[in-house]
Amino acid sequence: MQIKLWINDREFEDEISPDTVLIDFIRSKGFLSVKRGCETSNCGLCTVYLEGKPVLSCSTLAMRADGKHITTIEGIEEEAKEFGGFMADEGAEQCGFCSPGFIMSVLAMKKELKNPTEDEIKKYLEGNLCRCTGYMGQLRAIKKYLESQI
Amino acid sequence: MKVVNKGLRKKDAMALVTGKPVYTDDITQGSSLVVKLLRSPHAHANIEEINIDKAKNLKGIECVLTYKEVPSARFTTAGQSFPEPSPYDRLILDRRLRCVGDPVAIVAGVDEKTVNKAISLIKVKYEILEPLLDFRQALDNEIIVHPEEDFNALCDVGADNNRNLCAAANSESGNLEEEFNNCVHIVEQTYSTRANNQTMMETFRTYTNLDAYGRLNVISSTQVPFHIRRILANALNIPKSKIRVIKPRIGGGFGAKQSAVSEMFPAIVTMVTGKPAKMIYSRKESFTNGSPRHEAEIKVRLGADENGVIKAIHMYSLWNAGAYGDHGPTTVGLSGHKAMTIYNKIKAFKFNYDVVYSNTMWGGAYRGYGATQGFFALESAVNELATKLNMDPTELRLKNMLTENQVGDTMPTYYNEILNSCTLDKCLIKAKEMIEWDKKYPYVDMGGDKVRSVGVAVAMQGSGISQVDVGAVEIKLNDDGFYTLNIGATDMGTGCDSILAQIAAECLDCEYDNIVVHGVDTDTSPYDTGSYASSTTYITGMAVVKTCETLKNKILKEGARLIDRSIEEVDFDGQKVFSLIDDKNITLKDIANSSLLGFNNYLTASESHHSPTSPPPFMAGIVEIEMDKLTGQIDLIDYVAVVDCGTPINPNLARVQTEGGLVQGIGMALYEDIKYNKDGRMMNDSFLQYKIPSRLDVGNIRVAFESSYEPTGPFGAKSIGELVINTPCPAIANAVYNATNVNIRTLPITSEKIVMGMLENK
Repeated sequence: MQIKLWINDREFEDEISPDTVLIDFIRSKGFLSVKRGCETSNCGLCTVYLEGKPVLSCSTLAMRADGKHITTIEGIEEEAKEFGGFMADEGAEQCGFCSPGFIMSVLAMKKELKNPTEDEIKKYLEGNLCRCTGYMGQLRAIKKYLESQI
Repeated sequence: MKVVNKGLRKKDAMALVTGKPVYTDDITQGSSLVVKLLRSPHAHANIEEINIDKAKNLKGIECVLTYKEVPSARFTTAGQSFPEPSPYDRLILDRRLRCVGDPVAIVAGVDEKTVNKAISLIKVKYEILEPLLDFRQALDNEIIVHPEEDFNALCDVGADNNRNLCAAANSESGNLEEEFNNCVHIVEQTYSTRANNQTMMETFRTYTNLDAYGRLNVISSTQVPFHIRRILANALNIPKSKIRVIKPRIGGGFGAKQSAVSEMFPAIVTMVTGKPAKMIYSRKESFTNGSPRHEAEIKVRLGADENGVIKAIHMYSLWNAGAYGDHGPTTVGLSGHKAMTIYNKIKAFKFNYDVVYSNTMWGGAYRGYGATQGFFALESAVNELATKLNMDPTELRLKNMLTENQVGDTMPTYYNEILNSCTLDKCLIKAKEMIEWDKKYPYVDMGGDKVRSVGVAVAMQGSGISQVDVGAVEIKLNDDGFYTLNIGATDMGTGCDSILAQIAAECLDCEYDNIVVHGVDTDTSPYDTGSYASSTTYITGMAVVKTCETLKNKILKEGARLIDRSIEEVDFDGQKVFSLIDDKNITLKDIANSSLLGFNNYLTASESHHSPTSPPPFMAGIVEIEMDKLTGQIDLIDYVAVVDCGTPINPNLARVQTEGGLVQGIGMALYEDIKYNKDGRMMNDSFLQYKIPSRLDVGNIRVAFESSYEPTGPFGAKSIGELVINTPCPAIANAVYNATNVNIRTLPITSEKIVMGMLENK
């Protein structure tokens, strides 16, 4: 089937098989920040924005994005760098494989929640797994980042 | 110190947080064959017939391989120095299948759909054999997992394949029975730990192609590039000179990638077809056929006098190798040698073990490497001894464990090494203060069914493998005076590239940014055994120190020559070589630039390091939990860890290592458990069923350092990576006991076991 969509404001028109998953479509167009960590929608690594809202691209069909706008971390590099700097200052990226999906969620959270409490932060980001850091360094980075935004 | 002991950013940090394409699958985009496996549905079977005709003829399929088409020499996939202690007990594909998921056929084709279709077209007739699934029944069972005649143990590890024995040994010292006879209090218990999966976020993956010289190039997510070169040479039966292994950024390893898991399959496809090939393990495959922590059953006998002085320890570890012996003979050793050494004042000890084959998934290396299992057993037994003595378990430890006062003592249970550095007593005292132990021990009633209790454990690990590990580096002086640090050690997210650069910058008296790090490419990087056994900072870090010393001397010599002074008459401050007798000097930039021209000497140095000792880092871990005594529900409130890793080269990274290790330990303690059904198939093979801690599950974690100074390490550093996973299991079990009077001796510590225990106590 034919689809047309925008990734980071670039237009892509393509013939795809109906069962193509969004993550594979996005990666095939060279947006390689998007990572797959599981097949069961549990890890959050593949988080991208569909019309500005975070979705798991491993469990979204590419055809569902027909006519819509996708954002990956490549599309919001400046914001990612700003928050990422706080991560780097904590050493909280470690292997970095979960970082793009995690940062997409953090930046979405910042837009959605006003002055979130620690519990609200943890709840919002629960679906983003990380095996390296034990989450504490990420939390320190988020708190410092949110403080810097006031 | 200007650079060492500073929490600097990792050199790759900004690339990682902006999602740059730096991992194996990102840098190998473009056309390559997709490689997948037909895996055994049976835990124990022989292939009677296999028909691949239909699969082979499918359009888009390039190659289908069975056991008939692979080399027949056995090898091990364990990433260890040669000769490997792990027996040579496997083939790339074998006619005998020893666990569910053992590979039956390798299929390569143009895309995943075609390959999946081809796999479904392979017809196999299996001779189904009765599986040996309970490792407790494995020794001398009539079912033999490795009946083959070419089974080969290179080292004397006590292997006997006809008895299902992968390894066995006994070590002891002192008069054990006499010491036990004189003990007033004896704890004798059996503790069980389960197999756990490392679940690094990037699953196993490898890309292979042939280069312009017809050599096999391998880009792989591995902790051990140089071992992979040897393992592939053995597996494919080709010379090592024909193989080049490159390690890009790694999405976590934790020991899983200290084995060759995915490498053999695309490699043989490329050798057969001449075409690029790639294999990416699914999460499910990483669960069902990864290289998890070995399941263990450990018997502990622990004796003390009336005052609580521990006199004798006997540990026996029964270890499940699973289908193949990767890391079996070595992980088991740590369960006793590391755990018992904490109580170095004992008069007698015995440690014996059997590592047995069974028809379950083979084990491998997982952070802690056997010590984690041992510490759960021994630290739990020590906590039970404290109960018998009616003594605070922290007081019992302060009475018996290694302390700063014992520096200089020989450690008989630790290969007679001498203790060079230790502040474990300070660690424990500080941890008690941080959590307010004296206020909270054993528990505080919160009203209703809730109590908050505390639990404690101490632990150690090693720093590298003494007399085995080798780390070499090369440092080159380039244009304008920047340095290239060429390493064979493997940064897998831990930050060793940056840590080694910090050491180099400190030694060469320059900015951290003036050091460019490169690794790892087996064609160009200096040899390194790889990043495992908590070795990199300690072993490779010392190679950096030595290499800087050599390079500095060369810079001095060249600088002196250029300003026409003798080497005794000059010094180097990182910026310039200057005369001590007048004001003549030459900048590093000028030395560097002139070294690339005409008559001058290009400046480069390379040194390697190994160590006769493996100095233990230490830590104390204390947990506070909230227990619902009606349901057995545990909520983690606070985890305090105080660590002696010597000098932390980068305190930020040391802290994050600690937090990450603790959370993996918490998962092991509370829920991570590889489960099989009655046919030997792993049942919980996804993140839906195999739960790892999320950020909601871990409570608060606080880390502090009580640094000793290790004289044999770089700037006094020891290791940290593995140590930090060892305390959660016994500390949480202790907190559960303090809340409920129930001793959980079989991991994981589930609510169900706690409630059952409370009912039994009634």
